[in-house]
Amino acid sequence: MKKAVTEAKLLLIGIPVAIWTLLPIYNLFLFSISTKEEAFAGKLWPDHPTLRNFEIVFREQHHFLGHFWLQLWNSLLIAVSVGAITLLVATTAAFAISRLKARGGRTVLNCALFTYFIPAAFLAVPMYKAMGIYGLLNHQWALILAMITIASPYAIWVLKQASDKLPYELDEAARIDGASPLQLFRLVYLPLMTPSLVAIGIYALLLAWNEYLYAFLLLSNETDLTLAVALGQFLSADDSPWELLMTTGLIYALPPAAIYYVFKRYMQSGLTAGAVKA
Amino acid sequence: MSTLVLPHVEPIQPAPKARWSPWKVWGAIMLAPYVVIFFVFVLYPVLYGLWLARHPDSYVALFDDPIFAGSVVNTLIFLIVAINIKMMIALALSGFFVTARPWIKWLSVLFILPWAVPSIPTILSIRFMLNPEWGVVNQVIFKLTAEDGPNWLNDRWLALSMAMTVHVWKSLPFWTMIMIAGRLAIAKELYEAASVDGASSWQQFRFITWPSMRTLYLTSTILSMIWTLGDFNSVYLLTGGGPADLTHILATLGIRYLRLDQVDLAMATIVCAMPLVLPLVYFMMKRLSR
Repeated sequence: MKKAVTEAKLLLIGIPVAIWTLLPIYNLFLFSISTKEEAFAGKLWPDHPTLRNFEIVFREQHHFLGHFWLQLWNSLLIAVSVGAITLLVATTAAFAISRLKARGGRTVLNCALFTYFIPAAFLAVPMYKAMGIYGLLNHQWALILAMITIASPYAIWVLKQASDKLPYELDEAARIDGASPLQLFRLVYLPLMTPSLVAIGIYALLLAWNEYLYAFLLLSNETDLTLAVALGQFLSADDSPWELLMTTGLIYALPPAAIYYVFKRYMQSGLTAGAVKA
Repeated sequence: MSTLVLPHVEPIQPAPKARWSPWKVWGAIMLAPYVVIFFVFVLYPVLYGLWLARHPDSYVALFDDPIFAGSVVNTLIFLIVAINIKMMIALALSGFFVTARPWIKWLSVLFILPWAVPSIPTILSIRFMLNPEWGVVNQVIFKLTAEDGPNWLNDRWLALSMAMTVHVWKSLPFWTMIMIAGRLAIAKELYEAASVDGASSWQQFRFITWPSMRTLYLTSTILSMIWTLGDFNSVYLLTGGGPADLTHILATLGIRYLRLDQVDLAMATIVCAMPLVLPLVYFMMKRLSR
């Protein structure tokens, strides 16, 4: 009897949690498989589920969606570039600070940490002005560089924590064997750091894919936009085609969710451990 | 009486190194990319921004703008109410998620979704759910009470609460995960010993869980406050600052001025947020760079 009460209590928490979590996402899904009329009727499941919305989106048959494939490609290109470059910048910096004990490494780490703690929406204003001065505004490089700037501090910090845990004897052994710094980096350091590198690469990639504010400030040509900004543009219309907005949104949300679940093991150990040092 | 005399050993001195050994050179080279990024995209923009915000006139204009005072109030409410509620729920839910049941394991996988998917589609979905005529929320209210629900996004306090709800919805999974990690680090034996002694579950929380989680909880709260100061999306994508610019927070207000080409006001807004940001950042820097 006591056991049944415990289970009932757990369900009493679990069911609201499930509804709370899934309702907005289910609403998104429901819109994508409904016609406009049915979506607005507030049914729990449409009478005639349809894939017509996806067809419209994929064939770019609405003026909001004129560059759907190009914008999807832009999102992908920018996310992959940010992931790769952040990984390169952060790995070399973490290696220099943690293993080579580079002069000024401590200061650089503190600068990175400080940057990490500037709220992104505050940094956006001076960054926007600076990009204007550099002549990068409305170029995709502006967004790529801005996202690298935002992603690398945390990347450096997590990678530095992870490299500090590698035994220093490894480096000494490599030095005695006459390894050069680059060989130590390539043959000893990178292989041992792989799990953290995967986590950080994906962190930066998802950060860039998901970014709205910087993309919306730094890009303006229709053909340069990422899908995130294109979605935001739907809102400017009075009679927004909500069912198409939700369909595009669902397509946009699927890749990061899939990547997150595929690499969940790396992400959770790599990122939550670094987020808060208890 | 025997004494053990340790031979005195000179500490091994590293061989005198050349001023620029290859190790030093490579250290500098590998550090360089980030240093360049920091100077070009953080330090210079920030200094330039502060220079733009040097005129006292900007602050006078800012303080005269009624939207500014409202935004400060909204930001404080956001930080104090939303974050504390979120952290308390996260702490409580972490206790639920560490319960060993197969279905809870599955639920925890789904529970991450709000954090794993991008904000725009889900926030826009919530925005439509709150639509007074067509949204599912008011349709349910109408079915249950036969009365029209409120116009959620057309009233300052309702709209602000909804923005806070979006914020909680989005970031609760992350903080719950952190709290779960904290709870799993507590030795199981403590709870076993406590239940042998007949401690109630409240006593177990009060005397075992809380003392071990206190530091984590405080750090998480501070960190979440810093991040929430920059949470542009929850407000902008849900309410756009409306109705009548009454739901702006400092982050969206800064961007609003920027869009209106009033960069000095945008920077002044950010400078005014610094008394909020800097103590929190100082606290976090001290904690993390130990």
